[in-house]
Amino acid sequence: MLEMILITAVKVFMVLSAVLTACAYSTYLERKVVAHMQHRVGPLYAGPYGLLQPLADAVKLAFKEDLVPDNVERVTYALAPVASFVPAILIFAVVPFSNGFTWFGYDIPGVISDLNIGVLYIFAMTSLGVYGIVLAGWSSPSKYSMMGAIRSSAQMISYEISYGLSIIGILIIGNTLSLTEIVAQQAAESWVFFGNWYIVKQPLGFLLYITCAIAETNRAPFDLPEAESELVGGYHTEYSSMRFSMFFIAEYAYMLGVAAVGATLFLGGWNGPFLPPVIWFLIKVFLFMFLYIWLRATFPRFRYDQLMQFGWKVLFPLAIANTMGTAVWVVLSGQ
Amino acid sequence: MKEIFKALGNVVIKMPQGFYVTFKHLFKKPVTLDYPRKKKPMAPRYRGKHYLERYDDGTERCVCCGLCAAACPADAIYMEPEETEKGERKARVYEINLLRCIFCGFCEEACPEEAIFLGQEYEFSADDRNKFIWTKEDMLVPHPRKDNPFKKILRRVRKVYGTPEATR
Amino acid sequence: MTLDYAIFLISAAVAVFGATMMIMQRNPVASVLYLILSLVAQAVVYVQLGALFLGAILIVVYAGAILVLFLFVIMLLNLRSNPELSASLPPLGWFTKVAVPVLMVVELYFVVDRVIWPPVPTGIVGKNPDFGSVETVATMMFTDYMYPLQLTGVLLLVAVVGAVVIARRESAEPRKTTASPDNRNEQPIDTVAG
Repeated sequence: MLEMILITAVKVFMVLSAVLTACAYSTYLERKVVAHMQHRVGPLYAGPYGLLQPLADAVKLAFKEDLVPDNVERVTYALAPVASFVPAILIFAVVPFSNGFTWFGYDIPGVISDLNIGVLYIFAMTSLGVYGIVLAGWSSPSKYSMMGAIRSSAQMISYEISYGLSIIGILIIGNTLSLTEIVAQQAAESWVFFGNWYIVKQPLGFLLYITCAIAETNRAPFDLPEAESELVGGYHTEYSSMRFSMFFIAEYAYMLGVAAVGATLFLGGWNGPFLPPVIWFLIKVFLFMFLYIWLRATFPRFRYDQLMQFGWKVLFPLAIANTMGTAVWVVLSGQ
Repeated sequence: MKEIFKALGNVVIKMPQGFYVTFKHLFKKPVTLDYPRKKKPMAPRYRGKHYLERYDDGTERCVCCGLCAAACPADAIYMEPEETEKGERKARVYEINLLRCIFCGFCEEACPEEAIFLGQEYEFSADDRNKFIWTKEDMLVPHPRKDNPFKKILRRVRKVYGTPEATR
Repeated sequence: MTLDYAIFLISAAVAVFGATMMIMQRNPVASVLYLILSLVAQAVVYVQLGALFLGAILIVVYAGAILVLFLFVIMLLNLRSNPELSASLPPLGWFTKVAVPVLMVVELYFVVDRVIWPPVPTGIVGKNPDFGSVETVATMMFTDYMYPLQLTGVLLLVAVVGAVVIARRESAEPRKTTASPDNRNEQPIDTVAG
């Protein structure tokens, strides 16, 4: 019992530190990649190739003054960054990052908690993420924050349905809600190592998942809640110092979480030939993150009515069609 | 329905095109310059900070004739003459007000002695308005100077405008 | 006192606390926040009973979607704390304030009393592995409770159509505002969410 608690604690610590480091270096990756796509060079001075830039940013943010504007709703103002940060981190509790190891004679599963409703848990956490943004916008005495929060809640309600429906196809085929089992179902059976990945069986579902995931994490081109050019900073306009950095980390943790879930559901999780499972998992997450950044560097932001039209008139029918088509296919093929 | 097919068509055809463009540019050489460390070589005829030339023996070329001040459209040049021990005319005060100067280069063209030139230097921000008034000491080239990077310019200027009559 | 028991007591107390605080707030946003607290605590109770599915669904549907909608509406109308609520109530108001909770408690008592509970073997944690699982809930929903489920669906559809009709009736009349011809085709979709 004590050993299990200890092992879990060590695993939680490792995953948490890995996630936070990855968050920090995602900002570096984003700045570098976007810079090079725009013929710039990106961060350069802190350390070799600017590799210490995330550290410098962290130190700078930590030492800034924590400004609290007048007329804020104090409790919710303080609560909002935490409410945004915690669910983002909690996503990683159920993501299987490896097939398991043996340390000091103990068999350790490659996931913190093998919940048998892992997929639902992830949806619960992603849907709770909107509260941080909404509370931040509501408690700040600023119309920009308010606009950002209202946009965010409307956007998240609209896209969450399609987000949930986009992976129902996998659940129908896989007949399980456990992420570990879904990964196990995608194991290679022949030399075509990606033959069983769900991206092959659910290409439309994959596209829908990516689109809705980007919208759920408020990333470009769906970044209306923090549209810099119209809303200053959106919901976090009035935040500074560590509270701002918590929003910042939360955003990147969400991206990473959604990327990890996408890699698990559609790209076979840690399955892959030759390389160790953890490396495969990291490669897939990296691909997702790169796609995020690539997308941001490529496409401009949606207009608000376009966003709503797209969510309800395009994504939603497509997601339903995908679900129904998969169900019919499963029944007809007699699986 | 139309919107759905349009969106799908965009995903299949239009979006890969956009992605291709940005991906192509990812591997191109950045056009930005690591500015404070590396500097862009300026064009040879760039009109930057003024400098006052000397003869090879170190005496100033400027004789304080006032033609440059007369040519200056911005009225930026102020000078007061004096006499050297040899009885020659030279500038006791020679000031250019950067805040007025428009870097047109008319002073350079007007100068009969080939004394004033507009150089390559362009970094002259300051935190005090008085620092924007350059005196003669700021602009005179140091006397024993190792190389004269402006010989080339001088040669080109002579080719265009001819050699000055005044020689020593 | 086992750990399970302690967790149950804490989460149950938090759930009751959240629900109580929710109805006692003058600030609507604070009400919603306490309701979320209560829902999360209830989800913990469900999870502890082994009904992971129900717990997750509770958070996804209620905390994740419906209460976000509540917050959205509150923020859209920009409701801050309402000072009128502190005014003294008329006698009839006091009567309803007391009578309605009493009636509800009585009703709840009869419901709890009449329902035949399946015997729980031991402890607080349900030992039946199928309790609250996806299969159990789905089977119940699509066999025994098929008819109520479909009726609920129709009811919700009617509610949505009604909401659309109410929202649209205003815009059917000629607007006083200067509408440019360019905006004519743009329909406000987001007003119908729900």
